[in-house]
Amino acid sequence: MKLLKVLAVTVAVAMSSPVLAAGEAPAPPNARFGFNSFFGSFDRGAQQRGFQVYKEVCAACHGMRLLSYRNLLDLGLSEPAVRAIAAGYTVQDGPNDEGQMFERPARLSDRFRSPFPNEQAARAGNNGALPPDLSVIVKARHDGANYVRALLTGYVEPPPGVTLADGMHYNEYFPGHQIAMPNVLNDGQVEFADGTRATVDQMARDVTTFLAWAAEPETEQRKQMGVKILIFLAILGGLVYATKRKMWAEVKH
Amino acid sequence: MAIGLHDSEVKNPVLRWVDQRLPVITMLQKEYGTFPTPRNFNYFWNFGALAVITLVIMILTGVFLSMNYTAHTTLAFESVERIMRDVNYGWLMRYVHMNGASMFFIVVFIHIYRGMYYGSYKAPRELLWMLGVVIFLLMMATAFLGYVLPWGQMSFWGATVITNLFSAFPLIGPEIVTWLWGGFSVDNPTLNRFFSLHYLLPFVITGVVFLHVAALHVTGSNNPLGIEPKGPQDTLPFHPYYTIKDSVGMVAYFALFALLVFFMPNYLGHPDNYIPANPLVTPAHIVPEWYFLPFYAILRAVPDKLGGVLLMFGSILIWFALPWLDTSKVRSMRFRPIARIFFFLWVISFFVLMYVGGKPAEQPYVIIAQVATAYYFLWFLVILPLLGKYERTLPLPESIAAAVLGPRASTGGGPLPGAATAKPMEKA
Repeated sequence: MKLLKVLAVTVAVAMSSPVLAAGEAPAPPNARFGFNSFFGSFDRGAQQRGFQVYKEVCAACHGMRLLSYRNLLDLGLSEPAVRAIAAGYTVQDGPNDEGQMFERPARLSDRFRSPFPNEQAARAGNNGALPPDLSVIVKARHDGANYVRALLTGYVEPPPGVTLADGMHYNEYFPGHQIAMPNVLNDGQVEFADGTRATVDQMARDVTTFLAWAAEPETEQRKQMGVKILIFLAILGGLVYATKRKMWAEVKH
Repeated sequence: MAIGLHDSEVKNPVLRWVDQRLPVITMLQKEYGTFPTPRNFNYFWNFGALAVITLVIMILTGVFLSMNYTAHTTLAFESVERIMRDVNYGWLMRYVHMNGASMFFIVVFIHIYRGMYYGSYKAPRELLWMLGVVIFLLMMATAFLGYVLPWGQMSFWGATVITNLFSAFPLIGPEIVTWLWGGFSVDNPTLNRFFSLHYLLPFVITGVVFLHVAALHVTGSNNPLGIEPKGPQDTLPFHPYYTIKDSVGMVAYFALFALLVFFMPNYLGHPDNYIPANPLVTPAHIVPEWYFLPFYAILRAVPDKLGGVLLMFGSILIWFALPWLDTSKVRSMRFRPIARIFFFLWVISFFVLMYVGGKPAEQPYVIIAQVATAYYFLWFLVILPLLGKYERTLPLPESIAAAVLGPRASTGGGPLPGAATAKPMEKA
């Protein structure tokens, strides 16, 4: 009964009061990502740079447990390169014939290694906050890609009168504005192999592109199939409609 | 013909052998070949066939999804993403199934509005209509159960809110909720039984659809004029005239379906459902899927919980009484100039409720929801019964043939209503 009351109250609160009203965040600006357009695909260069940003910056705290290293082949990286990336991580395997767990370099079939073994460890290492898994983050937010990019570039000085809780940071686009994640992107933070200048905006765009692909890796295949199917249906529709006209031509209706 | 065998007209000896013993071919020929169908259907009469097609699509994709889905709180979310990533064309199966639910409701809503506008629920089709309402209720249950399965935040909290509705009933309410959950909160037993029931109900729906169609084939279809066919001049054989017309609608429907699945698969969903369920974190706004919003708005329009629950269930249960609430002898609203206006207002109230159902429960949405809810019930309980007595309906045409072929072709030369020929939608 007590539990029911608690639930009823949470439900009533959730239904009746706009919890976020106190810190309603502005809508993120449209960053005009190519992959967001109707036929758009991912920019391979941006995906690869974005992966580098994830690997060198985000991965310190955020896991992507739904991805395997083999998925990186989709980014246009060569198989030896992806094998080398995987081999840079050690993962636990086992038990072996002696019943012991052991460490070995990661293979293509392994999932991305998470930075923390469990939620408690993640919270302990992050001032009590839990860095969310980023596998589907772009699907899991309204206007996902624009939001993620805006968030990464949205760290500003708190307006006068706002006191931040201990260990919190001010972000223009985060609901409630107080976010546990510090500003992690600074100009020149990473060095891109293709010579692109690593400005904060560039890194934010690239890592967002990478995360958008990670959330929906089927995007390009899906859109291509969609175009074929719509063309097929257009032709079929024309034929069926012409047949229908012919059949009904003799009867008044 | 041997005694005890069906008198089959099938030529092929093998098929004939079967048909003599189990006359399925004769039956199909009678019910879908020569079946006399009013000659004046417009494209709104496609939607029954489209609903059947959607049911088949949902069952087929659902069977394949269930092969890779795991009904456990720790694995459900991940297994759905594995389907999307690692199962061949799993993303296609899942996006078709997910958007198929929305398409199903779009089709069925139009099917229901059509039945209401053209008076398809009136004698002798009352039972046909009531079976349809049963199908709709089963669909709502199935859709709700299915939405819980991916075990995202909206799955979990939607399940919590909806099952908690039953706690509003006095005395036994809390016990019902515990019984539904299989425990003291929405948890693994809940997910397991929801999966089981989600797999079961579509076959129950299929059974009721069979009864719905069987009843339809006893009375025959209604038509845009709402008058019964009087003879062969008023009808056409179902095949090829309506098989081809349904095919046209089907291709157009598939195109819309494909647009959704391939280019905006998550448009109708809620992003929070890609956050794994967390019983400790309540989403800022718990909203059901769009097709539940009108009923959700009615629930929230009433300040009292039990009252809201009763009114919400009542808003659909009242459809059962529609054949008797509508006292007019005239079926089609083409000939009911006053009722038509009030009916369109009712459809608008339905969409207004859908809109405010997705908004937070604060002003002005609450008052808008209350006004729309009041009109929703006013239409059924006051306006319809009274209109039957006081409305002056337009003269009905002599027969379908007379209306379609013009006064010269008919025997009596009944008046030809302008509306019957003027609307481009209805020019087949």
